[in-house]
Amino acid sequence: MNSDTLTDALSRLYPADRILRKPGELAPYESDALTALRRRPLAVVIPQTQNEVIETVRLCHRYETPFVARGSGTSLSGGSLPVPDGIVIALNRLNRIIRLDPQERIAIVEPGVVNLDISRAAAPYDLHYAPDPSSQQICTIGGNVAFNSGGAHCLKYGMTSNHILSIKAVLPDGEVVQLGSESAEGVGPDLPGLFVGSEGLFGIALEIAVRLLPRPQKYHTLLAAYRTLEAAGDAVTRVVASGLLPGALEIMDRLAIQAAEAAVHPNYPQGAEAVLIVELEGEPEEVAEETRRLDEVIRASGAYEVRVAQNAADRLRIWKGRKSAFSAVGRLSSDYIVQDGVVPRGRLGEALAEIRRLSGQYGLRVANVFHAGDGNLHPLILYDGRAAGALERAEKLAGEILQLCIRYGGSITGEHGVGMEKRDYLPRMYGEADMDMMWKLRCAVDPRQIANRGKMFPGGEVSSPFSTGMHPLERAGVISRE
Amino acid sequence: MSTVVPASFDEVQAAVRAVRAAHAGARLLPRGGGSKPALSAPRVGEEVLDLSALAGVVEYNPGEYTFTALAGTRIVEVRALLAAQGQYLPFDPPLAERGATLGGTVAAGLSGAGRYRFGGVRDFILGVRLVDGSGELVRGGGKVVKNAAGFDIPKLMVGSLGQFGVLVELTFKVFPASVAHTTVRRRYAAQDAALTALGNVYTARLDIDSLDLLPGSDGSATVAVRLGGLPDALPARAEHVRGLLEGGDILTGADESSGWQSAAEFAWVPAGWIVTKVPLTPRRIPALEAAAGSLQTVRRYSSGGNVAWLAMPPERNSGAAGEEKGSAVQELDRILAGLELSGLVVFGPPELSRSRLRIGWRSGQAFEQRVKAVFDPAGRLPSY
Repeated sequence: MNSDTLTDALSRLYPADRILRKPGELAPYESDALTALRRRPLAVVIPQTQNEVIETVRLCHRYETPFVARGSGTSLSGGSLPVPDGIVIALNRLNRIIRLDPQERIAIVEPGVVNLDISRAAAPYDLHYAPDPSSQQICTIGGNVAFNSGGAHCLKYGMTSNHILSIKAVLPDGEVVQLGSESAEGVGPDLPGLFVGSEGLFGIALEIAVRLLPRPQKYHTLLAAYRTLEAAGDAVTRVVASGLLPGALEIMDRLAIQAAEAAVHPNYPQGAEAVLIVELEGEPEEVAEETRRLDEVIRASGAYEVRVAQNAADRLRIWKGRKSAFSAVGRLSSDYIVQDGVVPRGRLGEALAEIRRLSGQYGLRVANVFHAGDGNLHPLILYDGRAAGALERAEKLAGEILQLCIRYGGSITGEHGVGMEKRDYLPRMYGEADMDMMWKLRCAVDPRQIANRGKMFPGGEVSSPFSTGMHPLERAGVISRE
Repeated sequence: MSTVVPASFDEVQAAVRAVRAAHAGARLLPRGGGSKPALSAPRVGEEVLDLSALAGVVEYNPGEYTFTALAGTRIVEVRALLAAQGQYLPFDPPLAERGATLGGTVAAGLSGAGRYRFGGVRDFILGVRLVDGSGELVRGGGKVVKNAAGFDIPKLMVGSLGQFGVLVELTFKVFPASVAHTTVRRRYAAQDAALTALGNVYTARLDIDSLDLLPGSDGSATVAVRLGGLPDALPARAEHVRGLLEGGDILTGADESSGWQSAAEFAWVPAGWIVTKVPLTPRRIPALEAAAGSLQTVRRYSSGGNVAWLAMPPERNSGAAGEEKGSAVQELDRILAGLELSGLVVFGPPELSRSRLRIGWRSGQAFEQRVKAVFDPAGRLPSY
């Protein structure tokens, strides 16, 4: 259908300063944190009310024009990459915390609310919103819901999905539905559960009820340094076997440590091939008992240096190195691919050895940062985007890592989603009948396939030229690849 | 009315495909242990697919915190297997002693009091294989503790009551079990005081396993708080809870576990009574208490007031003269709808039609219908 007609209609809906059409205005929206891909949309609209979102979706449906909802654009899988000649619905201004009810431990928020802002608003009541993706200072809850984002504390408390109670959503044909209730329990199929992680293919969340948890009274954060990556991996196995359930179990390898040191100077132990971060949390008496157990386990694990955070500042310093690791790798190489595969925890050692072998074979450096407790790897594949064929080689290596995760019985993505990046690999993880069922679901909810077209499912779009280097917003320090 | 007992996925597929062939309008009702009779008793035109033969743990890796089992596997079997490795099912599935199976627990979407700590069955299901209404064997989710690839089909199956497919294999996440438990219990003469105490525990910076409120018939109410963890820390932790409750008895050992066991098996419910699950939030408790008073119900609020279990006698005479004798479920349906609460009848007479099992307020129907059309286009499976 005639796209001018749609933009005419959108121009009637939005004042001139909230509908962007000039190339210069569109540029910041052409890419997300998967910076290798860029697409130019037809227009970007910036709604301020839920009704504007609903009307926009209805117009897109009427004109059969694809739309992509976008928060802060921190998707590492290209999940908020525009569809060429489609509409981008930028939701950052739909950012009200509608209600925060400390007695019920619930917050009702709009999709543009920044993840960390929920915890900030809840802090006076000693509550917090648990999922903590490393980009939590900038990423929005709408994007977290669309991609079922994770973080460093998933082992114990789960991912985004485990903290979403209900969702008011506009479906791709403009119908508005309420999924779930404010209760943690439900009756009937878990529809919010299906909506979370649907990568924008089921429409746009307008209002989200999130569960808040009491803030732990006490943290015990420990950093252990090892001479080999394998020893750090073994330590994880020992911790798990001890019956402890830490809030976080994280590993960084030498290259990731180097990057973090260059960027944020966390002052990790010298000469470490790997550092392990373990965090216990909860009531002080319980944490004290668990600490005693953990000390024994770590002592037996061969760590050559162990540091325990003595105060909140120490704890933040330890976490700063970990949480900034992705963007810190940008110091070593402006071009890199972040992977997000999952392997069974017991095969972490094998997987890392295999990644090291592949790194050598491809002649590309790979830094490893991972949620060891979950078996969720984050290999960062460094390449020089200006060198001919380098990106293709890096993508090929990335693909081999995904294949390895599938072969080991894991997943191609733990928390970043399939998006654009891994859509060709989803059919390798699932069978034909499984893919067919998911595709039918997609079509039943969105018969015209206008919501985030081209994501999750393979094929369907002509590829555009790749770009290299940091995203303009990344260079400006506004976004980071985490 | 006949019963099919498949012993393989193939046989489940064949049974689903045979439904339409048998006679028009027939539907296949998957059943596990039959521990939730209102849900699993066949209605007119329904054929039972008895999954009890499709049982057994396929894979268990304690180091991975995961296991995979066939859907007809009994909870008691899984519990014993996990306990031997110091692990447990954190969503605390109810009715285990009555024969509940993994598949039935997922399909009914039921979790126990212990779900308060780490979450319900929806939070621990990782993967599923099911035979959909077209007879296709499909898989959703995965076998690792973290997975964001594809739509979250496993969660969709929680509470689906067999309407999207026959669950045949399930993968769950498990956690290390607490070494010891302590329960603090206090009775309050006035329900208001009990609700205040519940609220204080609900928002406290404590790690509570279970938090239940049991209204008495005399206007009193009892709050029960369960703690789990390492034994040496429990006495001090229990004292913190006593502080919040402003007193209370500390229970350990068999005294401690028996109350929770009774809750899990619904031993507190008189035989033949109807039991309905009603999700809510703590603040809605007074409204439900006021409204349910007319129904001679016995109630138990669990998971900090996120779910109410309402038990009531099957028949009642309405108070007002001239009013028709209405079924208790109809009356509850009306009350819940007025409160914008939903309910699921778990125990109830088989005369109760399937369409009356989900009562009260409903949300997301437009979305649910689209999903149903994908999984069961021919209508071979139950509808609600």
